[in-house]
Amino acid sequence: MSDLMIEALNLTKRYGAVKALDDVSFEVKRGEVLGFLGPNGAGKTTTMKILTCFIAPTEGTARVNGIDVFEDSIGVRQAIGYLPESTPLYTEMMVSEYLDFVARMRGFRGGDISKRIEAVVDQAALGSVFQQEIRALSKGYRQRVGIAQALIHEPPLLILDEPLSGLDPNQAAEMRQLITHLGKERTVILSTHNLAEVQTTCSRVLIIASGRLVADDTPDELRERAGKPAFEASFLAEGEAGKKARDTLGALPGVAEVKKLDQTSGEVRFLVTGRGSDDLRAAIFRAAVAADLVLVGLERRGENLEDVFRDLTTGDAPKVEAKVAKKKAADKKKTAGDKKAADDKKAASDEQAKKAADAEAKNSSATDTDDEEPGGADQGDDESAA
Amino acid sequence: MSNTTTIAGRQFRSYFNGAAAYIVISIVMLALGILFWKTFFLYGKSSVREMFRWLSLILVFATPAVSMGLLAEEKRTGTIELLITMPVKDSEVILGKYFGVLGLYLVTLLLTIPYPLSVSSLGHLDWGTVFSGYIGLFLWGAAMLATGLMASSFTENQLVAFFVGLAINFTLWLIGPMLQLLPTEFASIFQWLSFDFHFERMQRGVIAVRDVIYFLSITAIGLAVAFRSLESRRWS
Repeated sequence: MSDLMIEALNLTKRYGAVKALDDVSFEVKRGEVLGFLGPNGAGKTTTMKILTCFIAPTEGTARVNGIDVFEDSIGVRQAIGYLPESTPLYTEMMVSEYLDFVARMRGFRGGDISKRIEAVVDQAALGSVFQQEIRALSKGYRQRVGIAQALIHEPPLLILDEPLSGLDPNQAAEMRQLITHLGKERTVILSTHNLAEVQTTCSRVLIIASGRLVADDTPDELRERAGKPAFEASFLAEGEAGKKARDTLGALPGVAEVKKLDQTSGEVRFLVTGRGSDDLRAAIFRAAVAADLVLVGLERRGENLEDVFRDLTTGDAPKVEAKVAKKKAADKKKTAGDKKAADDKKAASDEQAKKAADAEAKNSSATDTDDEEPGGADQGDDESAA
Repeated sequence: MSNTTTIAGRQFRSYFNGAAAYIVISIVMLALGILFWKTFFLYGKSSVREMFRWLSLILVFATPAVSMGLLAEEKRTGTIELLITMPVKDSEVILGKYFGVLGLYLVTLLLTIPYPLSVSSLGHLDWGTVFSGYIGLFLWGAAMLATGLMASSFTENQLVAFFVGLAINFTLWLIGPMLQLLPTEFASIFQWLSFDFHFERMQRGVIAVRDVIYFLSITAIGLAVAFRSLESRRWS
């Protein structure tokens, strides 16, 4: 058995003139908990619907558990437990009736039905509502019924579309715990537009925007991508402090840019962006002392996933392509274990990025389906050269 | 096949879990009671021909009312997605849904049996024609439920499904009475299409293959189109 649970190969889905998915490829290994991230309408749900065989891709294909969605869609569906967005259930049924129905649909008969129902009721903590009609249940409980029905045949792959949306914080915390627990024994894909969810529950993150894959990272890597470290330094504003501080900071080795943020009556604030990933706070402090500047505040700017997310998903398409290309080039280098040639790496990735951007620019002028600007290609270059 | 039975069972029970089945059955019985008994004693004949006649018309309205939700409601609420992503063939979904509603129809038909029973207590009743009439009525209802399922597969809106189904059924029912008004050169085609033409013989006690084929063709076309329509979601 291959260690890949999902292989998505060049998935493209068109709805009329609209491209919901554009050449998306990715792999998911067994045992991973994959977060599928993106703004609403980015293509998360479309991808999940393709994997679960509800719809077929216009181009490309996917293999789940080694089975092709076109060749044996029943086989694929047997391997998947699926919870669609907004948890559609037969609300007029009781939880017990509903789970019985699902168990039968999943091929269980006789004593196995009650055995499996018992197991999932236990896993999803549904004992207290077992004999209630689903329409009488809270959103949190409905979601659990949704999870229970997805688990009834013990699938190796669980696909959950926005499992935490619409839940109150307590319910969401419980659900997150449940998902984390479930992820220990099986592969889980969950989609969300909530970054906190991903940070706490997922081992890997795919970000999708406008139907394209724009990032494929661990949450930690993603945070690293937030960019070069930045530091906020405030000095007492006395005499020529502002000018002196700017010069001093600018002269520091490892500083790429110094930007004055604001000047109030007492202080002047600067944003110092580093060139590498080093922490520049010690250097800034020493330089300030040496220059006789009074440092009244110094802190590392917190980067978080939200910035990365916004950065990745609001840019135009070429920029996005460039990033992926950059990432791929970087990965290659990483696996080669080549650390010294950092400059080569940059050059290579720049080249890749440029190529991707150019190709994209051509595409965008040929097809008019995406909202790309002609200026996008230039931006792509800027981005990768930075 | 077992998937079909499971889906049919769930569908059938869902009618009785809610008010739908009771409302529809009550209205059918009420309408039939009024229409049938109102004229029964006027004719003074111990026959249930009039019952079949009225029931065939009542069903024109009642069948789309029970079939409109079959797929439309599942599409609107999204439950269709869970259903179809289970290891089940599209054809099993269609047949399961169809047999589910057919079950409800059978129950309704069975509930009308007290009518011929009462009539037979009033005078001699030819049970042969009653039997063939029921066969005809069953086939007629089965055909209309199939077109209703087809209509339901086109839309998420139950009301749209209802009116599409009703339009098809009513047209088939109305061709007979309107035959004189239709262009004579196509009369034989219209006649063959009309419900009356085929049901008439069955009411008289004749079960002819060509009449059975008429009802079964409508059923088959309805189910096949519904199947294609459900399948088309994958490619649209």
